Amino acid sequence: MSATQVQETEKPQFYLTEDHHPENSTNLGFWLYLMSDCLIFAVLFATHGVLGRNYAAGPSPADLFDLNLVAINTALLLFSSITYGFAMLQMERGAKMETLVWLGITGLFGAAFLAVEIYEFHHLIAEGAGPTRSAFLSSFFTLVGTHGLHVTFGLIWLVTLMVQVSKRGLIPENRRRLMCLSMFWHFLDVIWIGVFSFVYLLGVLG
Amino acid sequence: MPKQFSLASRFTVFALMLATLSGCDLVVMSPSGDIAAQQRDLIVISTILMLVIIIPVIFLTLFFAWRYRQSNTAAKYDPEWHHSTGLEVVIWSAPLAIIIALGAITWVSTHKLDPYRPLDRIDAARPVTEEMKPITVEVVALDWKWLFFYPDYGIATVNEMAAPVDVPINFKLTASSVMNSFYIPALAGMIYTMPGMETKLHAVINKPGEYDGLSSNFSGDGFSHMRFKFHGVDQAGFDAWVARVKQNGTALNRDAYLKLEKPSAKEPVRYFATVDDGLYEAVLNMCVREGQMCMKDMMHIDMMGGGGKDSHDNKERLRHDDRFVSEARPKSDIPVEQLVASLEQDICRTEPGEALTLDADGKLPATEFMKYSPRATQ
Amino acid sequence: MFGDISLTQFIFGRLTWEAIPYHEPILVVTFAVVALGGLAILGLITKFKLWGYLWNEWFTSVDHKKIGIMYIILAIIMLLRGFADAIMMRIQQAIAFNGNEGYLNPHHYDQIFTAHGVIMIFFVAMPFVTGFMNYVVPLQIGARDVSFPFLNNFSFWMTTAGAVIIMMSLFVGEFARTGWLAYPPLSGADYSPGVGVDYYIWGLQVAGVGTTLSGINLIATIVKMRAPGMTFMKMPIFTWTSLCTNILIVATFPILTATLALLSLDRYVDTNFFTNDLGGNPMMYINLIWIWGHPEVYILVLPAFGIFSEVVATFSGKRLFGYASMVYATCVIMILSYLVWLHHFFTMGSGASVNAFFGITTMIISIPTGAKMFNWLFTMYRGRIRYEVPMLWTIGFMVTFVIGGMTGVMLAIPPADFVLHNSLFLIAHFHNVIIGGVLFGLMAGVVYWFPKAFGYKLDPFWGKMSFWFWQIGFFFAFMPLYVLGLMGVTRRVSQFEDPSLQIWFIIAAFGAALIAIGIASFIIQLVVSYLKRDQLRCDTGDPWNGRTLEWSTSSPPPDYNFAFTPVVHDHDSWYDMKNRGYERPLEGFKPIHMPKNTGTGVILSGISIVLAFALIWYIWWLAAVAFIALIAVSIAHTFNYDRDFFIPAETVTATEDARTKLLAERT
Repeated sequence: MSATQVQETEKPQFYLTEDHHPENSTNLGFWLYLMSDCLIFAVLFATHGVLGRNYAAGPSPADLFDLNLVAINTALLLFSSITYGFAMLQMERGAKMETLVWLGITGLFGAAFLAVEIYEFHHLIAEGAGPTRSAFLSSFFTLVGTHGLHVTFGLIWLVTLMVQVSKRGLIPENRRRLMCLSMFWHFLDVIWIGVFSFVYLLGVLG
Repeated sequence: MPKQFSLASRFTVFALMLATLSGCDLVVMSPSGDIAAQQRDLIVISTILMLVIIIPVIFLTLFFAWRYRQSNTAAKYDPEWHHSTGLEVVIWSAPLAIIIALGAITWVSTHKLDPYRPLDRIDAARPVTEEMKPITVEVVALDWKWLFFYPDYGIATVNEMAAPVDVPINFKLTASSVMNSFYIPALAGMIYTMPGMETKLHAVINKPGEYDGLSSNFSGDGFSHMRFKFHGVDQAGFDAWVARVKQNGTALNRDAYLKLEKPSAKEPVRYFATVDDGLYEAVLNMCVREGQMCMKDMMHIDMMGGGGKDSHDNKERLRHDDRFVSEARPKSDIPVEQLVASLEQDICRTEPGEALTLDADGKLPATEFMKYSPRATQ
Repeated sequence: MFGDISLTQFIFGRLTWEAIPYHEPILVVTFAVVALGGLAILGLITKFKLWGYLWNEWFTSVDHKKIGIMYIILAIIMLLRGFADAIMMRIQQAIAFNGNEGYLNPHHYDQIFTAHGVIMIFFVAMPFVTGFMNYVVPLQIGARDVSFPFLNNFSFWMTTAGAVIIMMSLFVGEFARTGWLAYPPLSGADYSPGVGVDYYIWGLQVAGVGTTLSGINLIATIVKMRAPGMTFMKMPIFTWTSLCTNILIVATFPILTATLALLSLDRYVDTNFFTNDLGGNPMMYINLIWIWGHPEVYILVLPAFGIFSEVVATFSGKRLFGYASMVYATCVIMILSYLVWLHHFFTMGSGASVNAFFGITTMIISIPTGAKMFNWLFTMYRGRIRYEVPMLWTIGFMVTFVIGGMTGVMLAIPPADFVLHNSLFLIAHFHNVIIGGVLFGLMAGVVYWFPKAFGYKLDPFWGKMSFWFWQIGFFFAFMPLYVLGLMGVTRRVSQFEDPSLQIWFIIAAFGAALIAIGIASFIIQLVVSYLKRDQLRCDTGDPWNGRTLEWSTSSPPPDYNFAFTPVVHDHDSWYDMKNRGYERPLEGFKPIHMPKNTGTGVILSGISIVLAFALIWYIWWLAAVAFIALIAVSIAHTFNYDRDFFIPAETVTATEDARTKLLAERT
């Protein structure tokens, strides 16, 4: 843990005379949070695994899902991860404006993703395939919707951080926050890949 | 000083208990059915096995607590003694040995006393033979009373059950609204009853008598009184009981069932001399009310890929949990049978290469239906 | 949906005057007592002008020690509520025979047993345990605070908000009538249409946020903030058990959150996760809730094991026997606790192999637990045992807990469980392990660490009274339940027919009365000790001749805990330091970097209560406002970059010099 080497002598040193700076815990703490969030998704995936074929004599994924639309959505989210990566690269260089621009582009991709998802949900509900129709649709809407809510919060966070970076620049606190949001954003990407494969692809093709 | 007080007080507690115990009926420890008796044996064996380690631990705790008290300077004091490989091996392996023994007992007994497994013996001395015809009882947990169907006799009863002694009983159990648990302590262990699902229990009663039956899983306001009497009687007595039910009973048709199903507590015993065909099946499939789609039909449709986009009517047909919702439900004009039949013909909905094999009635075979027993879902 | 809704309905949702239970005399009296008591306390606070002090020094404090103490105060207050429920049940069951319906109708009784379980687990045991971990862990690892001090304050206030929501249900509306785990379909909208289950859901959800975040916080603290030299295998056992407990918290509470969220979707927007119809599956809820629920048991008991380990080593004047095997046992228990959840419903009809698998994994847990028991035993061996009150609780635990462990293994054998499940035998078993294990440990912890927190010991006479009444009361209250279980009596029943059962319920009620005296003795102990604090004072900071780092600093510790960060060379580092001639540093103090207090936690918690209340009563406009406020306040908080300050070197020097003087006077 700490770099301090302890010398075993006759009467050892029992305290540090210098200031002790424990390693920063934020990364670990945020990872732990992400893992706990991941468990929430795990429960939703498991629920979908159990209920995913209980159509209640109603529509099935093959009836409902438009894979082209979902593919576009997946692309939007994957691109937003890449652009977030660019933002982080600019942050490393200390280029405030460029960081902000890439964050802005990330936000646009994220918003477009949400718009497509809202369109999809609206379309399904209009068809009578809302979350109350069957256990399959309940679990589908909840899993995908929870992911969408996370993206929404990610966007609010992103905008907040953009304001903070533009006001205070790339100070250590803001860098740390950008790092956390970066982990969060990529995490949502990973979850989406799961959603895309298990819910949409397996649902329609499997 | 406090230590002696503790020992004395505990001794008094146990002495008091033993004195009172002799005067009470520990039905779990002295049951009247072979299954419950075997379950009792397990409790006794496991207790004895564990006492092998528990008693020394309690003794050593009290002994060390007394021996190494601060005022006893004669006892050895070794503040640095904190490790002993030999001792560590013992303290891990002693519980391990007990658990290996208990684990083996558990594995064997869990399979042998699986409630789904048909009986192979009436009691320790008598195996089940070919000639013995088991009696089937279909149990429905209602709010808050028990309904028993006797399909072999075409009768049904509420809050009273009877069975001949030394005849295997095959229970099939379900519930109408919420989860309950069917428990006759003198006969056998309990099993949950759940709506839309069927659980099973096999048991036999060996001694004639009147026993208590109850729900052991909380199910709402009337739960405390969800009790019934279970009569173990000889064959003649059972035949007389059946005759009495037939003589005094009314008819249990779907309307009567729907009235009976409504929440009520402290229901008196009721007899039904006749039972509508397939009523238990309908209860199990949650389609007693006219116009409702049965669970098995729903599952059938789901297995074939769902009902398609234009299946809005099906939603109302599948509404069951509506105790507090208005009685009137919109009904669809198309009969369920026709709907299912039309879907069956729609071969496009089945995957190529995994065509479903249907039985003579065009229904899914029983094994598919088992999908909805808890066993299949676990 | 909003078609024909009146203005009153829009403003108040489903909240009407009917929701106030003024026609229930028991509740009116309770309310009067609570209201008068509350007003008296508020009046006193105002009279002595304590608001500013409380707000600045406690409510907004990010100091882990103060937060720890506040958690424990919350737990003790909720213990009184939970125990009041218990005693009401015991009285009801003792009198409701021979057609006598008792004084509680099912509507009331069902709420009480649900509230009892929920409160005792979530709002007594959990805050108690979290309070100890908060207070002790940073001190034991030589840290100045936890990793995320603000988050810690926020977590505490969210837990408190959950407790407030549950308490509100007593006087506005009703509580759930489902049992403490609210199995659907009974807890679904169709069979529990009122607000009871909604109170349950939102109370637990709000508190769950606090618990999860505090778990993350403490893991990060233990992993990252240990003093130099304290490797994992040199951590005190209590810190080890805390680490495992917090890993369990982070790895299970999200499951509870998600499961309750699905249940609330079923109730609020008519989805079909756990309904009987449209393809729902109630069995899934039962699986999910126990995947959280079983590890929860170990979340509670592991820290108690940690406390016993500290206490037994200290009062035996010996190093803990088998430190390594204690650590491994803790980790094994942590992992195995995930593989046993199905033993809570062997009777649901799973296959024999599934049942047998979960039965055997359950039994395997008793191996490391047994090893722990032997470790404590052999720590006493060749010791010099001082019978201070914490040690009494420990011996009481060792004798009581093994009985609970034995009955637990009996319940783990599926065919035996078929006759014991849901019976009073089961009730006796889990009270045996939770009272005999968790509660005894927490009581031992209170007496053990109280002098550290306040600078004086607790009065031993009332401590012993409390112990003996609890111990004897426990046997009287729960041994009859074992017997009743074997008589085929099951749980959650409010009225009985068989008169031969009554004597056992009366004995149990008598036991509950003894426990009530035990709790009263505990409260008296606190009051008497406060009054006699000058006699009971212990200025050295090390009243028990302790072994771990928390005893190396003053009592109560300064805000910064340690003027210089300690360096660890061995297990039981304070014992090692004392042995090898440690000298307290007297000069060279430096300014100390500390986090600033903030009121954001209190505000967010208050808004959460409003949000939960609005959701429970369908006051949608208020829910929307509260939700937006929650987001706005959180965002506003992130715009505050000025979060820390330095305690000047002069202040540190003054504090330490005062202690030097005090120590010189005492020797």
